[in-house]
Amino acid sequence: MTDTTANASHFETAHAHDHHDDADHKPGFFVRWFMSTNHKDIGTLYLIFAITAGIIGGTFSGMMRLELAQPGIQYLPMWSTWFGDSGSPDEALHMWNVLITSHGLIMVFFMVMPAMIGGFGNWFVPLMIGAPDMAFPRMNNISFWLLVPSFLLLLGSTMVPGGTGNGAGTGWTVYPPLSTSGSPGPAVDMAIFSLHLAGASSILGAVNFITTIFNMRAPGMTLHKMPLFVWSILVTAFLLLLALPVLAGAITMLLTDRNFGTAFFDASNGGDPLLYQHLFWFFGHPEVYIMILPGFGMISQIVSTFSRKPVFGYLGMAYAMVAIGVVGFIVWAHHMFLVGLDKNTKMYFTAATMVIAVPTGIKIFSWIATMWGGSLSFKTPMLWAIGFIFMFTVGGVTGVVLANGGIDNNVHDTYYVVAHFHYVLSLGAVFSLFAGFSYWFPKMSGRMQSELLGQLHFWLFFIGVNILFFPMHFLGMDGMQRRVPDYNDAFSYWNHFASSGFILVLAGMAFFFINLFWSLFAGKKAPDNPWGDGARTLEWTLPSPPPYHQFSTLPRID
Amino acid sequence: MKTLLKFLVVAAALGLTPAAATAQQDSNAAPQAAASQTAPAGEAAKKAIDPIDHAKPEAGIGMPDGRMGFQNQYTAIGEDALWFHDKMLMPIITIISLFVLGLLLWVIIRYRRAANPVPSRTSHNTLIEVLWTLIPVLILAAIAIPSIQLLAAQYAFPKADITIKAIGNQWYWTYQYPDNGDFEIVSNILSDEEDKKRGEPRLLGVDERMVVPAGAVVKMIVTSNDVVHSWGVPAFWTKMDAVPGRLNETWFKVDRPGLYYGQCFELCGARHGFMPIAVEVVPPAKFAEWVAYKGGTMPGAVKPTSSDATVNSPIANPPPATVAAHEATEASPAPPAVVDATATAPVSAPKAMDLSRSDTH
Repeated sequence: MTDTTANASHFETAHAHDHHDDADHKPGFFVRWFMSTNHKDIGTLYLIFAITAGIIGGTFSGMMRLELAQPGIQYLPMWSTWFGDSGSPDEALHMWNVLITSHGLIMVFFMVMPAMIGGFGNWFVPLMIGAPDMAFPRMNNISFWLLVPSFLLLLGSTMVPGGTGNGAGTGWTVYPPLSTSGSPGPAVDMAIFSLHLAGASSILGAVNFITTIFNMRAPGMTLHKMPLFVWSILVTAFLLLLALPVLAGAITMLLTDRNFGTAFFDASNGGDPLLYQHLFWFFGHPEVYIMILPGFGMISQIVSTFSRKPVFGYLGMAYAMVAIGVVGFIVWAHHMFLVGLDKNTKMYFTAATMVIAVPTGIKIFSWIATMWGGSLSFKTPMLWAIGFIFMFTVGGVTGVVLANGGIDNNVHDTYYVVAHFHYVLSLGAVFSLFAGFSYWFPKMSGRMQSELLGQLHFWLFFIGVNILFFPMHFLGMDGMQRRVPDYNDAFSYWNHFASSGFILVLAGMAFFFINLFWSLFAGKKAPDNPWGDGARTLEWTLPSPPPYHQFSTLPRID
Repeated sequence: MKTLLKFLVVAAALGLTPAAATAQQDSNAAPQAAASQTAPAGEAAKKAIDPIDHAKPEAGIGMPDGRMGFQNQYTAIGEDALWFHDKMLMPIITIISLFVLGLLLWVIIRYRRAANPVPSRTSHNTLIEVLWTLIPVLILAAIAIPSIQLLAAQYAFPKADITIKAIGNQWYWTYQYPDNGDFEIVSNILSDEEDKKRGEPRLLGVDERMVVPAGAVVKMIVTSNDVVHSWGVPAFWTKMDAVPGRLNETWFKVDRPGLYYGQCFELCGARHGFMPIAVEVVPPAKFAEWVAYKGGTMPGAVKPTSSDATVNSPIANPPPATVAAHEATEASPAPPAVVDATATAPVSAPKAMDLSRSDTH
C-alpha cells in the first residue's frame, strides 16, 4: 500500500517490540515527502502548500489595500517594474488587474481548496471513518503534485506579457473577449493551464474521497453515523466532480479561441461571449459552496466538541448540506443579472437563489441549538467557530439582498459584492480553516498550541477583518465599482478605514505564525484527546500524532 | 441568444434596426485615435461656441459623497428599489443578524461551563426544526413578492421618448442618438487638472456628457465594440452590461434636470476605472438646442444636411429656421408619423420638472 522499504532488519525490529507494530515504520525523507502515498503526510503537504499560497495571496491583498489606502496611484508603477514592466502608466494599471486576478485565483484554488479538502480532508476523513488510508494512495500523491506546477504556472504568468502589461489581468473569472482578443501574450495561456492542472488535481481528489467514503468506512459506520465533516467532504467531492469538468471545458474553449482560431466566444464570428459566462458560473457557483461546505463540517465538529453535546439535528445538518449542494447548481445566473437576461430568467434566478437561505438557516440555528443546554468552554477553536457563525450570518443576509435581481441592478459589480463574498469567505471559510487548524493541530503535530497566542490571533484577526470588510458595504452602496485601483475622493474615508484594518489582520497573522512555530518546537505534548469528552469522533481515540499507519484492526461502530 | 433575438425583434418592430445598424458601422469606422485623448486646443475652441449653459455638479446629487448608504435616487424605479432595500430588506437582515448575535451571546453566557457544568443530551426537537425551516421560508416569500414586483416594473418598458445607444470601448463611451439624426458623441475622462479647473468630481468628469431631456423616457441600447463593459448610473438604479455582439436594452426616466455620474462596472482592461459616465438631464427646449448644436435634428423637424455628424463636426449654430422647426414640433403633440414612430419628441410638458434649479446655473 505505501512504501517498499521493508527489509529483514525491519521485521526483526518489529519482533523485538511486538506491541509497536511495523506500521509505524517511516520511509526516508525524500521517499516520505516527495513520493508520499500516506494520507496524513499528503495532508500535511497540502497544509504547508496552502499556508505558502496564503502568504502570497495575502501579500497581494496587502498590496491592494496599500494602494487603495488613499486616492490616486501611489505604488503600482513601482510594483509593475518588479514584474518586468517598464512602469508606464498603463502597465501600472494593468498591474492592478494582475493583483486582483492572482489574489482571487490563489485564494480560491491554492489556499482555501487545498487546505480544506486536500489538507483537512486527507488528514481526517480516513481517521474519522476508521480507514487505514485513502482508497487510491498513489492518485492522492499525484493530486497533490499536480498542484505544485499549477501554482508555479500561475505565479510565472505574472512575469510574462499579458496584453497591456505583464501578467493575466482578466479577473479570476477570465471573461472573454478580455481574456481572448483583449489579452495577447502567453500570460493568460499560462493561467488557463494552471487552472487545468488545478482542476485535474481536484477531480482526482474528488474521485478518491468519494471512493474512500463509500467503500472504506469501518464496520458499523453507516452513512447516517458518519461525522458531519465527512459528510461535508462527500458533498464537496460530488460538487467538484460535477462542476470542474465544466470549467475545464470552458477554459479549453478559451484556449482554442486564443490560439487556434475557434470562435466559441467571439461575437464577430458567430460565437457568444455570454456562453463562457454561463459555463464559468455553472462551475463558479458550486465552487463557492466547495469552499464553504468543508468549513460547515469542521464547525459542526468543533461546536459539538466544545459544547460537550452531540450535534443538534444531525440528519437535518447532513441533508442541509446536500440541499445546498443541489440548489447550488441551479442558481448560477445570479452572477450574470446584468448581461441582458430576460424578465422570467431573472425572476427565476432571484427566487432560486433565495431558496439557499433556507438550508443555510437550518445550519446556523442547529449550531446554536447544539450549544443550547451545553457546557461551553471557549478554547481557541470554539472562538473561531462562534466567530464563524456570526460572520457567516452577516455574509449570508447580504447574499439575500444581492439575490434580488432588482436590487442587484445597483450593487452588481460594486464593493457591496466584494464585502459580501469576503464575509462568507474571508470571515467564513478562513475562520473555519483557523478553527480546524487550532482544533486538529494537537492531533496532527502531537503538540499543544498556546491558548494565549491563539486567542490573540483570533481577536486581532476578528476585529481586523471586520474593519477591513464592513465599510465595503458602504462603498458599494455609494457606487464604488469593483476592480479599480483609484476612486473618486468621496470614497477615500471608508477606503482608508478599510486599509487600516489590514494592519490588525497582519498583527493577528504574526501571532498565528509565532504560535505555529513555538508550539511545533516547544509546545506541550498533546494527549490522545486534549478536548475532553465532547470530542467523540474516531481521530481522538488514536495517539497524537497518530501512528504512520492506523487502524490495522478496524474499529467497530455500534 | 433568446434575449438578443427579442431585442432584434423589438428593434425591428420599432423601425430602429436601420439606424442601429448604421450606428454600428459608424462606430466601428471611427478611428480609435480620435477618441483616445482630449485635444485641449479643440476643446477650448468648442467651448467658445457651445451655446449650452451646462449643468454644474452638485455635491451629494448624482455622485458619491462617502455616505453609508445608497445615493439619492432620481428615477421612480430607483425610488421603489431604494424603498424596498431601506424599508424592507435592511430591517429584516438587521433583525436576523441581531437575533443570531443575541442567541449566541445568550448561549455563551447561560451555557458557559461555569454556569452549566452538566450538558444536556438533547439532539432533536422536531417542532423547532420545522419552525426554523418554515419561518425563513415565510420571510423569503415576503421578500420575494416585492422583489418580483420590482423586477416586473424594471422590465415594464414604457413607450420610449428617445433612444440612445451607448457603446463601450477600451476605454471610453460613445453615445449615438438615432432619433436625432444619428449623431455620435465620444465621451472621454478628463484629466485630474481639467476636473479641478471645471469643478468636476475627480475621475468622474468627462469631456462630452450624454445629454438627455428631462421627463422623457430614455431607452438605452447598450453594446460594446471590444470587451465586456457595463454602463451604470447609481443615482438612476440603472446598470446594463455592454456585451459585444449584443444589443442590451434598458431605460430610465429622470424628471429633475441636473448632472448624474456613473462608471464602467465590468472589468475591461487596464483603464477600467477610468471610463466614467456623465448624464446631463436638461429641459426639453435646452435639449433641442444641444441636439442642434451637435448637428442633429429633432424628430419631425427638417432632416439635417449631414447624418454622420460627430462631436468633431464643424457645424456650429444651426440656422434659425431649424430652431423654429424644433419649437413648432414641441408645440404640436403629434409629429408626422412617417418620421419615426418611436420618438414622439421629448414629451411636451413633463409635470414634475424643476426648471428653476437648472436656470440658476
